[in-house]
Amino acid sequence: MSIKNLKLKSIEYRKKILEIIFNGGAGHTAGSLSCIDILNVLYNKILDINPNNFSSYDRNHYIQSKGHSVEALYTVLCDKKFFSKDDLLTLNKFNSHFIGHPTKKIPGIEHNTGALGHGLSVAVGMAIGLKLNNKNFKIFTLLGDGELSEGSIWEALLSANKYNLDNLVVIVDRNKLQITGKTEDVNPIEPLKDKFNSFGLSTKEVDGNSVYELNEVFLKTPFEKNKVNVIIANTVKGKGISFMENEVVWHHKVPTKEQYNLALNELEELKINIEND
Amino acid sequence: MIEKANLEVFAETLLELARKDKDIIVVTSDSRGSGKLTNFGQELPDQIIEVGIAEQNLVGICAGLSAVGKKVFGVSPSSFLTARSLEQIKNDIAYSDHPVTLVGISAGVSYGQLGATHHSIHDIAVLRAINNINIVVPADNFETKEVIKSAVNFKHPLFIRFGKRPMTKLHDDGHKFIIGNGIKLKSGNDLAIIATGETVQRALKACELLEKININCTLISMHTIKPFDEEVFLNSVSKVKAVITIEEHSVSGGLGEKCASVMMQKNIHLPFKILGFPDEYMVNGSQKDVLDHYNMSAEKILEIAKKLIK
Repeated sequence: MSIKNLKLKSIEYRKKILEIIFNGGAGHTAGSLSCIDILNVLYNKILDINPNNFSSYDRNHYIQSKGHSVEALYTVLCDKKFFSKDDLLTLNKFNSHFIGHPTKKIPGIEHNTGALGHGLSVAVGMAIGLKLNNKNFKIFTLLGDGELSEGSIWEALLSANKYNLDNLVVIVDRNKLQITGKTEDVNPIEPLKDKFNSFGLSTKEVDGNSVYELNEVFLKTPFEKNKVNVIIANTVKGKGISFMENEVVWHHKVPTKEQYNLALNELEELKINIEND
Repeated sequence: MIEKANLEVFAETLLELARKDKDIIVVTSDSRGSGKLTNFGQELPDQIIEVGIAEQNLVGICAGLSAVGKKVFGVSPSSFLTARSLEQIKNDIAYSDHPVTLVGISAGVSYGQLGATHHSIHDIAVLRAINNINIVVPADNFETKEVIKSAVNFKHPLFIRFGKRPMTKLHDDGHKFIIGNGIKLKSGNDLAIIATGETVQRALKACELLEKININCTLISMHTIKPFDEEVFLNSVSKVKAVITIEEHSVSGGLGEKCASVMMQKNIHLPFKILGFPDEYMVNGSQKDVLDHYNMSAEKILEIAKKLIK
């Protein structure tokens, strides 16, 4: 898929995220919009995970530790034909498996997340297991930046470094906001790159809303032999919708009908710009 | 006959199984010595993952190893494993249904004078309230060996806990062990004693004392707390005049309360006593002294039984 088509995919995905949140009456709107470009590039360029190879261990793996941005994950998995668009419209309805956090009940999801600070240890276990099996596949995991306050993250990084997990790619969705406000006000995590590097990891920073930069950085993994790959993906929370961008209130807010239409119009304009580019 | 500690039997059995199956992986949190796994680590260094003193990470890594097909045993002191890492057990093992075996070593009050930080008298209660994890508390060497053998290819999350003192032999060779099936050690029509783990041998001694005064006991080793063997339980309480339960655990949320709940809901009303640790700041002492203090000696069980039956 070309970079231009990836950009168009991101627009299509953003529309779908807003549609299912609007329809389902709940969702983590802004965090899904901040990380969707990351998922777009992973699933369309890097991972090669599809319904045919999903049941095998011998493939790349993705664990979404920031489980609350599940609407982004559902949107991409639906596009990869793990389930139908009609299934996705049951989001948040009684007795649906499409709930506000990922579960293995949904085809294409390999671990239940939602409580923060869990996915990285699981990803470390998978990466160790694949190395023990002498398999050359990679484990990608997506963390939130607010999530980095969880102590278990740093436990997991110590082990990842000990076991030289260059098959592990840790991506931080660095949108700089969490439910209370700015990460640097709530519980500062900077200087983040220095922290990761001091743990013995190999860290790169990219524009996490640039499908081009994301694709380039993923293709460079492993960055260094025997070192864990960390990508600080600098993103904008609510990316793509002018009135949602960098606004803390959109963490878990559902658009009204009017806001939904306004957002779709903005995305349509972005789409035309990309097409004419 | 005094045999080995269940802990030793666990470690020997696991090593034996792991020699033949490279997919068996042990994960420890600076606990290989406490878990008698030093030999395992020396002989099979590629099959042991050491995470340091980080129990949350231990449980998460267990889930991940299992997710790529490994047969995983997470081994750590029961107190830390089931309290520090409870959320990892709930979400990453049970809810995510990874067939990991979590082994809580030095459970109950095995740590004696090391005190409440190290005692694990909550583990059964908290795990009983979590869906999709089986709980097994083996009584003797035989039950320990059998549960470890069963655990290797068990299809769902499993928690096993035991202590570290030498145990009395309870079962004849060739006995059948199945996770979920309690084992009847004695049949009698006066009193039923339902015990679990290392208190079963204390219960057995009590039964022998009771028989001398013509109180005949049914004794069940209820090694599996969850799923609970209602059949063997109801069968054993149906003919007796009173019931005593014994566990090296808090009286809140353990085996005793499970038994009481089943009896109430089946309209079985009998004199009933739960022996375990009360909700109080616990007395300090060795494992033996603490168990004795809280009425779990054969002599105290005898006294309690006499009062219940009268």
